[in-house]
Amino acid sequence: MNRLDQLFNSKKENILNIYCTAGYPNLEDTTSIIKALENSGVDLVELGMPYSDPLADGPTIQASGTEALANGMSIVTLFEQLKDVRKEVKLPLVLMGYLNPVLQYGVEAFLKQCQQVGVDGLILPDLPLYEYEEAYQELFEQYNIHPIFLVTPLTPVERIHKIDSLSKGFVYAVSTASTTGKQSGFGQEQLTYFQRLKDLKLNNPILVGFGVADHQTYSTVCDYVNGAVVGSAFIRALKGSGNLEKTVEDFVTMLKATTLLEHR
Amino acid sequence: MTTSTAAYSIDERGYYGPFGGAYIPEMLYNNVEELRQNYLEITQTKSFQKEFEQLLKDYVGRPTPLYKAERLSERYQTNIYLKREDLCHTGAHKINNTIGQILVAQRLGKTRIIAETGAGQHGVATATVCALMGLECIVYMGAKDIERQSPNVARMRLLGATVHPVHSGSKTLKDATNEAIRDWINHPQNTHYIIGSVVGPHPYPDMVARFQSVISEEIQKQLLSKTCRNYPDVIIACVGGGSNAAGAFYHYIDNPNVKLICAEAAGKGVNSGESAATSILGTEGIIHGSKTLLMQTKDGQIIEPHSISAGLDYPGIGPMHAHLINSGRAKSIAITDQEALEATQQLAQLEGIIPALESAHALAILEQQQFDKNQVVVINLSGRGDKDLGTLMDNLEMLNA
Repeated sequence: MNRLDQLFNSKKENILNIYCTAGYPNLEDTTSIIKALENSGVDLVELGMPYSDPLADGPTIQASGTEALANGMSIVTLFEQLKDVRKEVKLPLVLMGYLNPVLQYGVEAFLKQCQQVGVDGLILPDLPLYEYEEAYQELFEQYNIHPIFLVTPLTPVERIHKIDSLSKGFVYAVSTASTTGKQSGFGQEQLTYFQRLKDLKLNNPILVGFGVADHQTYSTVCDYVNGAVVGSAFIRALKGSGNLEKTVEDFVTMLKATTLLEHR
Repeated sequence: MTTSTAAYSIDERGYYGPFGGAYIPEMLYNNVEELRQNYLEITQTKSFQKEFEQLLKDYVGRPTPLYKAERLSERYQTNIYLKREDLCHTGAHKINNTIGQILVAQRLGKTRIIAETGAGQHGVATATVCALMGLECIVYMGAKDIERQSPNVARMRLLGATVHPVHSGSKTLKDATNEAIRDWINHPQNTHYIIGSVVGPHPYPDMVARFQSVISEEIQKQLLSKTCRNYPDVIIACVGGGSNAAGAFYHYIDNPNVKLICAEAAGKGVNSGESAATSILGTEGIIHGSKTLLMQTKDGQIIEPHSISAGLDYPGIGPMHAHLINSGRAKSIAITDQEALEATQQLAQLEGIIPALESAHALAILEQQQFDKNQVVVINLSGRGDKDLGTLMDNLEMLNA
């Protein structure tokens, strides 16, 4: 069974998905960060494959990708780094990236590698639904890689259902029509949208991303949907970290916010 | 605006053969879909066409002349006609498209306009129509381009636009386009993005080509009165993204008697590592929401191009041109920085016309290709060279003499 299904079968709420950029802050940090995230109690990890032209990303994730590319990260290197990850890591791994590098690698070869190293899902925000259905759906199924598609506050209901029907694992709900890392705090408009998503009773669990940066936004999201994705805030925490394990642990603790922190 | 037919026009999903489509994140879906559903209907209404044509005539100064360049013709022993898009208001063909798009934006109820620009010509053309219509205008421009095209930056600011410097990536057109797209993602309701070329997700390539098609529509009429035939043997246009070429080719695409030549920027040489010759160096991939030919690494990272001309400094090419070139309908020839400079100087001194460095790439084809004495060759002179004076002075020794 795909690890995403295992996770969502056994856990329905407060799911924490942390995004990090492969090869950032240093080329060789990828797997140590994944391990540290698992040790800190994160439920799944979304690993960003850096790209020269990341249209959906705000400045923080863009800059981390630029640095990762300068560090020498590539899809080939990433698969090399992930070769033995399953010896130590159990949590589901999702790759996020843009279609072009995957096309150049070869979609089937890419999916096959994903299966071999133990990747469970793939987010390609610029892959059109029709192209997925007509050209790639069978391959995703053959290699048991779950496709995860995005919805936004402006996605019409019919289209949300269509996206839900094509997605596996979970549906990624973008909190606001924005690039990553833009928002600070959620207003009534977002809350109404989260409620609307909840009421749609989708087949897939819903994780909300973009603008989830601290305990408050994380717990707000979890009041409505199954969990949250945190990206830019984590990248900011990693920047200049002298001790990755401690940074990761502190960051996850901050998000989950023990009572202690809340009383500070 | 008539419709091009047959093998070289788009299918219902916006593909020219294998190229085109809309490869966009969901955050852009609504914006692009709204445009896709409405652009044909809007542009085919009588009121739109009337306003568009009136503005092209009275404001832009169309039709632009088709000028028989006698001395240049003599030099190359053929019949050379220059389509004088450099005489358009704001100095280049770019305004044909911005007039069209601002009228679409108004009809969609948009109040805020964004644009990307390389050479600054599209930025100026956008700032101009925004001033004309009283709409807010934000232009994204690479920091490097701001430096080398400072007169156009001043013009945009004078016209009331905000010029937003882009410091990411190569700090040129590709990055300015990324930033404009991000702005659109962040302003999904009140904003229209005026893309300046036949690039981007469907429907942009088709919409922009239609607005620019006025160029070949006029060439047809003008040639008929000058040569008794409404088509030339050859049309030459420079191609960065490809909007002036799309306009110059548009009504001739299905006429096999007309040879289409795209002049691409070889930069310091196609194999120098500093080039923007996309159709030669490019492979199939996705850039700015469109499947097309682009310059990229084996790993699928987009390569930063080089050209002396900011308007050709783009690592992709419009999907229409990718298809025209790949299918053999159009031929692409790469012109170096040096050849473009020489062609600039030659046109200035033979005809008294200073072309934009972009357009000079098209003129430089004359050195590369032999044409017959009886042939009719139309070169699209897409813009004027005033904006390039700084670059020209740095590079042409004659100016130092």
